[in-house]
Amino acid sequence: MTDEPLLRVRSISKFYGNRIGCSDISFDLYPGEVLAVVGESGSGKTTLLNCLSTRLLPTSGSVSYRMRDGLFHDLYRMSEAERRFLMRTDWGFVHQNPSDGLRMTVSAGANVGERLMAVGQRHYGDIRATATDWLGRVEISADRIDDQPRAFSGGMRQRLQIARNLVTGPRLVFMDEPTGGLDVSVQARLLDLLRGLVHELGLSAIVVTHDLAVARLLSHRMIVMKDGHVVESGLTDRVLDDPQAPYTQLLVSSILQV
Amino acid sequence: MSTPLVVSEVCKSFTMHLRGGIKLPVVENVAFALRAGECAVLGGPSGAGKSSILKMIYGSYAVDSGQIIVSHGEALVNLANADPRTIIAIRRDTIGYVSQFLRAVPRVSARDVVAEPLIARGEAAETARQKAETLLAQLNLPERLWSLPPATFSGGEQQRVNIARGFITDHPVLLLDEPTASLDKANREIVIDMIARKKEAGVALLGIFHDQDVRDIVADRVIDVTGFAPERKAA
Amino acid sequence: MNAHAEAIAQYNFAYLDEQTKRMIRRAILKAIAIPGYQVPFASREMPMPYGWGTGGVQVTASVIGPQDVLKVIDQGADDTTNAVSIRAFFQKVAQVSVTTHTGEATIIQTRHRIPEEPLKEGQVLVYQVPIPEPLRFLEPRETETRKMHALEEYGLMHVKLYEDIAQHGHIATTFAYPVKVEGRYVMDPSPTPKFDNPKMHMSKALQLFGAGREKRIYAIPPYTHVESLDFDDHPFEVQRFEEPCALCGAHGVYLDEVVLDDRGGRMFVCSDTDHCEERRAEGHRGHLSGEEAAT
Repeated sequence: MTDEPLLRVRSISKFYGNRIGCSDISFDLYPGEVLAVVGESGSGKTTLLNCLSTRLLPTSGSVSYRMRDGLFHDLYRMSEAERRFLMRTDWGFVHQNPSDGLRMTVSAGANVGERLMAVGQRHYGDIRATATDWLGRVEISADRIDDQPRAFSGGMRQRLQIARNLVTGPRLVFMDEPTGGLDVSVQARLLDLLRGLVHELGLSAIVVTHDLAVARLLSHRMIVMKDGHVVESGLTDRVLDDPQAPYTQLLVSSILQV
Repeated sequence: MSTPLVVSEVCKSFTMHLRGGIKLPVVENVAFALRAGECAVLGGPSGAGKSSILKMIYGSYAVDSGQIIVSHGEALVNLANADPRTIIAIRRDTIGYVSQFLRAVPRVSARDVVAEPLIARGEAAETARQKAETLLAQLNLPERLWSLPPATFSGGEQQRVNIARGFITDHPVLLLDEPTASLDKANREIVIDMIARKKEAGVALLGIFHDQDVRDIVADRVIDVTGFAPERKAA
Repeated sequence: MNAHAEAIAQYNFAYLDEQTKRMIRRAILKAIAIPGYQVPFASREMPMPYGWGTGGVQVTASVIGPQDVLKVIDQGADDTTNAVSIRAFFQKVAQVSVTTHTGEATIIQTRHRIPEEPLKEGQVLVYQVPIPEPLRFLEPRETETRKMHALEEYGLMHVKLYEDIAQHGHIATTFAYPVKVEGRYVMDPSPTPKFDNPKMHMSKALQLFGAGREKRIYAIPPYTHVESLDFDDHPFEVQRFEEPCALCGAHGVYLDEVVLDDRGGRMFVCSDTDHCEERRAEGHRGHLSGEEAAT
């Protein structure tokens, strides 16, 4: 881990009229660090994620990102072209619903290859080879490369979405409930895969989840949100093993034991 | 001889917000130092706070007050108020931990579970796996299990994976939470031997051993946790 | 003025009123200034259904003058219903001269072909466009495609070509083959065969595109770079034909397949009827030209 953060979040707030989306949130995210944002539905965690990933303009506050040139750029002072370029090269966004993040009517290979073509790769053979390699890494067999994701199971779609995001070697990936809506066994496989990839590629990630087990498995640090506010944050195992805030204690004690 | 870990005036309590905010004191004024090359054992009955002390040193529990000074690389760091990144760095390089139970990750093989801390420190994956296999062999874990995820292993098998994972690195401080609890006699002997070799290598060990025989063999001294009981002060 | 002219005097010259023509000309000027960029315009109802060339007709009506000579082709032919109707329309509402000869025309309105004879400076080629948005196949949101054009995000265009190669082993798109204009905007050349794409590059003529239902006008000024999109290892290629035109013997032209009987008999003939006729007038002959003369 280097000493400079990758993402600096300062006093981010989002209001919908009088209603709070999220309020006064600040943190730093370092290279290779996985931050989990947990809380129940409506706690503001997805609003926060969208504000960080430039999908939603915050009411106030700043988010700056250390670009590959080593300089911090305020995301909301960049041009839209720069932001969109960042989104499809240096960043990834894994949606809860794979159909939000995939092109359902083009083949798996083209889904993975799209970002490569978007950054100017013009060699079909190379693009296909890279796509094949990435399908392998997310455990999709090479003979499915020309199938459309419509023909894939939920778990496969989600793995395809991950490959599509990681193919350009991003440094920061946002994930919104990446295992939501999947069967438990499928979840385990996906989590393990994500964990391996994050390790292997040294990715930084911000993972929104309401599942504390997902947070424990994937993240180094976590933020617990309630009603748009951060009620507790810190080392993941400390927050889960020795929760301080009343709400966190309630959350942790509500986990079903198998 | 150096002193990689110094604990002083550490207090810990739990506030149970779900039970009307009652405050359960656990330990008060915990103070001891751990020298390189020694194995100190936390002694005292169940519930005296032995595990809590280990967890505070490892960073899994928050510290109410006091200092836990650890010699991390060139620096002295107070774990009691260190930020998460520092604690992660300390876990990677300075303080190892063998927990009582293995938190199994689905689909990761025993070999990789053991090799992971070495790989995290920058060791080549192949070298780390070889070292993992050596340790697993030493602990008599059948070779056919090495490539399987430990989730379905027996308690004793899981514990051996856990021990191998804790012992694979050369962290200068090693915390042991009942590492021999579910082992048979032969494997206990092996762990005792491994602890002795860690001591020879200058590692400072702090452990909890309920097994009297093991404790007598490995312990250079016993830290009586009842001395840190909060009641004493309240009385 | 003769009686016939008075009878149609209720129509303004070239059917559209002058305000509308000005509006369309402004759109055309903007389109010429930004080659390949789709300029929205207030498309009018025309006395023909959508899909019959209402966009092309409005463009032609806005640029045509009394001195112009008009040629109208539909898939290369001057004598098909659509071409004949539009030609008659302008004869009626603008009293312009018409021709079938490419070389004589000052304005050529076309549906789905570019004439074989190279165009000259001063000529205007007006395309009838059904769907102007090349990105629509993969991105149905107009708000998003406009943003993609604005930010030059054209990776998606290659996704379509990638899909072609993945499914067919080669780029199977044979018409409406996307091009990049002057290194900036990706454009749909309307459903012309990709055979005609190279003719757009550095053309001496002004090329105007009108989409009536979609209310868009775009343009390629003369001498503009027009590059067909492709992959390094799957370069752009035009269709090749095994045999020459059965009537005029021409090679290197775009041929239509004509079924002759119900026993599998067929012939390939020039899609550009004017080109074919001129060649035959010059004495060129294909292997079926004798029989053709008999019908």
